[in-house]
Amino acid sequence: MLSFILYKLLVCIIIFAISLGVAAYSTLWERKFAAFLQDRVGPDRAGPKGILQPLADGGKMFFKEEIIPNVSNRFLFILGPSLFMLTALMTGTVIPWGKDFTTAAGNTYSFQITDINIGVLYLLGVVSIGVYGIMIGGWASNNKYALLGAIRASSQMISYEIAMGISIIALIVTSGGTLSLREIVESQDEGVANIVWQPLGFLIFFVCALAETNRAPFDLPECEAELVGGYHTEYSSMKLGLFLFAEYINMFISSAIMSAFYFGGYNFPFAKELYHAIGLQEGSIWISLIGFGAFFTKIIIFINVFMWVRWTLPRFRYDQLMNLGWKVLLPLSLLNLGITIVVEYFRGNIHF
Amino acid sequence: MGTQNAPIDYLPIVLMFVVALGFVVTTMVASHLLGPKRKTKIKLDSFECGIEGQGNARLPFSIKYFLVAILFVLFDVEVIFMYPWAVNFKELGMVGVMEVFTFVALLLVGFYYMLSKRALKWEE
Repeated sequence: MLSFILYKLLVCIIIFAISLGVAAYSTLWERKFAAFLQDRVGPDRAGPKGILQPLADGGKMFFKEEIIPNVSNRFLFILGPSLFMLTALMTGTVIPWGKDFTTAAGNTYSFQITDINIGVLYLLGVVSIGVYGIMIGGWASNNKYALLGAIRASSQMISYEIAMGISIIALIVTSGGTLSLREIVESQDEGVANIVWQPLGFLIFFVCALAETNRAPFDLPECEAELVGGYHTEYSSMKLGLFLFAEYINMFISSAIMSAFYFGGYNFPFAKELYHAIGLQEGSIWISLIGFGAFFTKIIIFINVFMWVRWTLPRFRYDQLMNLGWKVLLPLSLLNLGITIVVEYFRGNIHF
Repeated sequence: MGTQNAPIDYLPIVLMFVVALGFVVTTMVASHLLGPKRKTKIKLDSFECGIEGQGNARLPFSIKYFLVAILFVLFDVEVIFMYPWAVNFKELGMVGVMEVFTFVALLLVGFYYMLSKRALKWEE
């Protein structure tokens, strides 16, 4: 029992460290990527080729003056970014990062923090609480720009959550009716990844993920041309840092969810043949690690796609954003559900 | 894999919560202690692009946002009702499919009503 708790605590800390590390280096990579697309050099002063830039940014945040405006609600002002960061970190709990492995002593360990049978609902729930972080933070600032940014952010996030929910239902049907993320990934173990059955569903999910993480072209909540800094206008020092940082963690986690849902997670083509060729037994830790590597490669590809989209597409207007969410994505996701049912009928999973 | 719904399976979520909360509290306290504290009246005013602030931000805002929130509650609840079907769709078979199609049809009637009432017209 104690060893179970200690092992899970260790996994929690490792996942936490990976989330933070990936988020930190995403900020650098984002700037490098932007520089590449705009024919610039990007940050290159902190350490060799700017490799220490995230540490310098983080350190700077800590040593900045912490300003809580006189007119703001002090408690809620602090609660906002804390809640946003907390939910961003909590979402990584149910993601299966690799296959289980068995030690020589016969104990089985998991690369996942916990495999609960309501994993998808847990994810949706935690992501929804993230909206509160932005709303509370923006409202408590008692600043007009922050208020407008927060209202925009929350109504945008809730609008896209509906289409996302329906596209996830279609995905659950495709993977045989399970809410456990591990089982969704395992169902893609034999045969093909879900993207083959759900191309439209993936497109809807991807657009919704962009909107949920407030990434361009859906970054209206922090549209600097109209709203200064959006919901974090009044924030400074590490409170601002938590808001910005949590956004990158959300991007990392949503990349992970997309790869797990639609691209087979830690599975990859010809995995079994590869393990057989190099003589790995079922349950070996190396299989877990190779799977983890494959999963991570997919995540990094998705993070790059997120950045590519950001530096390619211009921002939407607010009415266009709402029309896309309600009048295009919502009917489209219902259509996708219908298509999924027909496809499942022909795959022989629905009987009279 | 064993059972997945024993209380013990939810314990790691608590552990993750403790780790995340520890991180958030540490950064908050550290940045509070490390940063300089040279506060002035003007610095603590709310930011309004450099001009003097007019009133506060506890203002009434566009009713459209409220409408979106209400519509979200309606539609999200309907989406949540579809999850139990999605989990059991193999056992429910064609009867379940027919029921879901009926349910979606009702949802679409509500959706059509929403559009015909011009609930999402942002220009007006």
